[in-house]
Amino acid sequence: MYHTGNLVKDLAEKHGRKRESLMPILQDIVRKHNYLTDEAMVEVATELDISAAEVYGTASFYTFLDTVPRGKNVIRVCKTITCSMKGKIEIINAIEETLRIKVGETTPDRMFTLLETNCIGWCHKAPAILINDMPYTDLTPESVVDIIKDYMRR
Amino acid sequence: MENKGLNKVDLIFEKIDAKSTLEKAFAMTSEQIIEQVLESGLKGRGGAGFPTGLKWKYTAAEKEPEKYIVCNADEGEPGTFKDREILDKAAYKVYGGMAIAGKAMGARKGYIYLRGEYSYLLPQLYIELYKFHKLIVEIGYDFNIEYRMGSGAYICGEESALFESIEGFRGEPRNKPPYPTTSGLFAKPTSINNVETLVTAMMIIEKGADMYVKLGTKDSRGSKVFSISGDTPIPGIFELELGMTVQEFVNAFGDGDTKAVQVGGASGFCVPRKKFAETIIGFEGVPTGGSMKLFNSSRSMYNVLHNYLEFFTEESCGQCTPCRVGCQQLLKGVEMVKKGDSKSAYLNELVKLADTMKIASKCGLGQSVGNAFKSIVENFREEVIY
Amino acid sequence: MVTLKINDHQVKVAEGTTVLDAARSLGFNIPTLCNHQDLCVAGNCRVCVVEMKGARTLIASCAMPASEGMEIYTNSLKVRNARKHIVELLLSEHRADCTKCYKNQNCELQTLANEFSFGEHIFLDLVAGRPYEIDRSSPSFVKDDSKCIRCQRCVRTCAELQHVSAIAVANKGSHQKISSFHDRPMSHVVCTNCGQCVNRCPTGALVEKTYIDQVWDAIYDPDKHVVVQTAPAVRVALGEDLGFDPGERVTGKMVTALRQLGFDSVLDTDFTADLTIVEEGTELLTRLKRVLVEGDKSVALPMFTSCSPGWIKFIEHKFPHMLSNLSTCKSPQQMFGALAKTFYAEKRGLDPSKVVSVSIMPCTAKKFEADRPEMRSSGFKDIDYVLTTRELAVMIKQAGIDFLSLEDEKYDSIMGASTGAAVIFGATGGVMEAALRTAYEIITGRSVPFSNLDVVPVRGMEGVKEATIKIEGTKEDWKFLEGAELKVAIAHGLVNANKLVKAVSTGKASYHFIEIMACPGGCLGGGGQPIPTNMEIRKKRMEAIYAEDTHMAIRKSHENPEIVAIYKEFLEEPNGHKSHKLLHTRYVKRESY
Repeated sequence: MYHTGNLVKDLAEKHGRKRESLMPILQDIVRKHNYLTDEAMVEVATELDISAAEVYGTASFYTFLDTVPRGKNVIRVCKTITCSMKGKIEIINAIEETLRIKVGETTPDRMFTLLETNCIGWCHKAPAILINDMPYTDLTPESVVDIIKDYMRR
Repeated sequence: MENKGLNKVDLIFEKIDAKSTLEKAFAMTSEQIIEQVLESGLKGRGGAGFPTGLKWKYTAAEKEPEKYIVCNADEGEPGTFKDREILDKAAYKVYGGMAIAGKAMGARKGYIYLRGEYSYLLPQLYIELYKFHKLIVEIGYDFNIEYRMGSGAYICGEESALFESIEGFRGEPRNKPPYPTTSGLFAKPTSINNVETLVTAMMIIEKGADMYVKLGTKDSRGSKVFSISGDTPIPGIFELELGMTVQEFVNAFGDGDTKAVQVGGASGFCVPRKKFAETIIGFEGVPTGGSMKLFNSSRSMYNVLHNYLEFFTEESCGQCTPCRVGCQQLLKGVEMVKKGDSKSAYLNELVKLADTMKIASKCGLGQSVGNAFKSIVENFREEVIY
Repeated sequence: MVTLKINDHQVKVAEGTTVLDAARSLGFNIPTLCNHQDLCVAGNCRVCVVEMKGARTLIASCAMPASEGMEIYTNSLKVRNARKHIVELLLSEHRADCTKCYKNQNCELQTLANEFSFGEHIFLDLVAGRPYEIDRSSPSFVKDDSKCIRCQRCVRTCAELQHVSAIAVANKGSHQKISSFHDRPMSHVVCTNCGQCVNRCPTGALVEKTYIDQVWDAIYDPDKHVVVQTAPAVRVALGEDLGFDPGERVTGKMVTALRQLGFDSVLDTDFTADLTIVEEGTELLTRLKRVLVEGDKSVALPMFTSCSPGWIKFIEHKFPHMLSNLSTCKSPQQMFGALAKTFYAEKRGLDPSKVVSVSIMPCTAKKFEADRPEMRSSGFKDIDYVLTTRELAVMIKQAGIDFLSLEDEKYDSIMGASTGAAVIFGATGGVMEAALRTAYEIITGRSVPFSNLDVVPVRGMEGVKEATIKIEGTKEDWKFLEGAELKVAIAHGLVNANKLVKAVSTGKASYHFIEIMACPGGCLGGGGQPIPTNMEIRKKRMEAIYAEDTHMAIRKSHENPEIVAIYKEFLEEPNGHKSHKLLHTRYVKRESY
């Protein structure tokens, strides 16, 4: 859990208080905190004068606008056809073993969340993953562990 | 059957002097630009293939003073990654194409809807955009572009779902009519074009429609950027002239053991080996937004189908019955047949359901789920049944 | 005008007419599900697809405007096959336990299934093995996601008619559902319990929480004295569920039926509607006096009416800073409840703990209201059970009563006498009209200056109505109002209420008195009324309400002889000590989500 403080108000000042401001505001909150708390969604609803259920309904439509707690680093493993063909399972196994969590889970220290996602547009360099915004491609079980260890050191 | 064979082209990534092309375009009248694009025979490069010139002409004809040009960069079709490459290597031409489109239809404002998966590109894209805006001021023109980001929803590539998303709503496709050219983004006349389409249009202005007409076939003019992946020794992005057969394509990109090519991504068609020679890649045969996936004989087409159906079951927006429930039924149905819990004849019922989804779904997503389903079930039935 | 052909029949329709309406005008019925007259077009269920010559796909007739030269086929083989598939798909994600379902025989999906999908189902059952929730947290209604077919009528209702959006569409794909804010229980969100969604749900996914069995138990308990009250709007709608056309007034038959069901005393909410007018009218005049004469800044104006429990919860959630503008008067239902276990029990020599108080309401929010902790001023739960108009119809059917051929009977006394001013509470503007009839007379000693007492400017279906009444010829006590212009406004449907309250709270509009009803058309369009309810039907019920008023011998609340009597014998004076204890209440600030 995090507290939003002045964040939502500041974002409303930056992006405006129209309905079209909703996505940029939610995206910026997620960029900073990796997921949306109920508190944040209620604040956004209040700022934009729309219902909280509407905010939740909109956020829950978008895969990247998570409404459940996520770790500092969100790993999304592409599960669509080419990545599946090119060793997605081995990549997931390697990450699961390194972080000692299963897909859908977050490490106890809240540093990593492991998820699957649909096609991220790197089929020619499969298998591929996103860690937060950054794509990593042409992965092997060894290279992905190195990448994650690098994030651990950050 | 017009067959041009396999020819590489360098149009999209060719370096040009944007300033001179833009000055040329801004010196033309709206009608002249539209005329050039119509003449070129350019069709939308996102996959649906609507004539670009017509789209611009319809939008230009609207009396409303406020209009928008929207660049659809929500590339989400499995197997498609060419728009990312174009934005990475030639963003200035995307911006230029938007300005030219804006000039053609009378829009001073452009939006680029970029999928969230590509947000790592933004810092560099903003630098390019800054340069572009400076260039526009230098030329003495008035045109402005803003980015809007997606957040992981395949359906937002559907034009009206994309508008909904920019407007701050769930990306649910709208009823049509009204069409975007009449009432699109913020209910204003809008032309929405794919990244590649806009770059191509700029190149048509740069080089003239005549150059473009020489490429491709009657129904599929020009060239196309292909995203090639799967069982191929040379995966990647290739710009090819339209009008080749799947066989010619496989000869160049296959690994010698290709048994099927999925043309057009999950929403496209599966072409089996026996039909390679007779099938043209293009609007007269199998259309594609660029996705070409090769499968060799080690692959189970059941797994391919299952993966696609899982994809659609998750990525359907969920509002209309045929798509929301139909996808789940197709997925669960093939699982039951594969396990032997349903008779193989049940596949025939599922094929009929796919036909219903094709004609009764609200938007292109639900309407095209049946493409992959039918072409895989019909051509690889033995792999799908228990 | 455009000309098109439907099933080879030519038809001319106005521009903008949908293909669906054009077909219906020719007598070709096209089935629909997500479509509802009161709501915007969704085009998502796809049940209404038809074939259009030259089109690649079928088209949703509800969403497609007719255009020149169109050729439409509503029943081609393609259409029939697709429609059957669509109905079967809906059935496959619907928990079809029809014989156990409250909506059995009254379910639009069931009707379609009867027409298109008899015999074995084609598709696999998607409900089995999928987790689903049945939310019983609200005292007013039950939300059962396993019966939901995602037509989104409820979502559109909550947004477009009520501006509440307590529910919205959440998630996508196979996980798409209708959800409150982050799946919270409906009792813990901004929901007003108005039941407009319940009234529009085509299946059993949203139904009122029923208390029929509890009421039967009370009736058959020899120790209990069961009194029943009937709200004004019930008498003009109940007939619809029992074989009459909309707009039929069935007051007398309803009273007879209630007596036959076994209620010990059949009484009228109209009695306490009259009482409300006297209490609320006095409260308004007192507020005006304190502001205008005494310059008391602590008194809030305009004063809002407080009869509609959906509206009360709405303002508690959305405009908590304006709670002091609400009249402190309880609603007629709750005034009745408080008196039934005090005044009534005393007069009839009953032990109040043995009195069971039942009300028949056009409303689902009344169930919530009866459960509020504030509503126990008799020392007991003032109202034990609230039944909707629909539930009463069910009881009448269960009892085997031939409603159509019943004789008319009259309400019992005491608390059964009423006036025309009370019955119009059931229509938007009715409370205002009744209040004006009484207040004007208190101030001037003369009848309200409208022909036949019909205060026409406050009537009708306009979302927000305004009127100004000039006060002239005041009595001695009210000289400070001489020449004043009393400004009033009326809103019905919370979307209109929201507009009006916003205008007031931002200072864009100023009034003295505002009537607000949560439901479109007022109580006659309540969430507990017969299904369907739409504009056409609301208008018919409204005509019936005003006809009922015209036919009453007494048409001013303060002239109701039982009202005069209750002040003399029990309450002593309006807004007096006893009134405050029994008939007035307070409000609470609630969360914004």
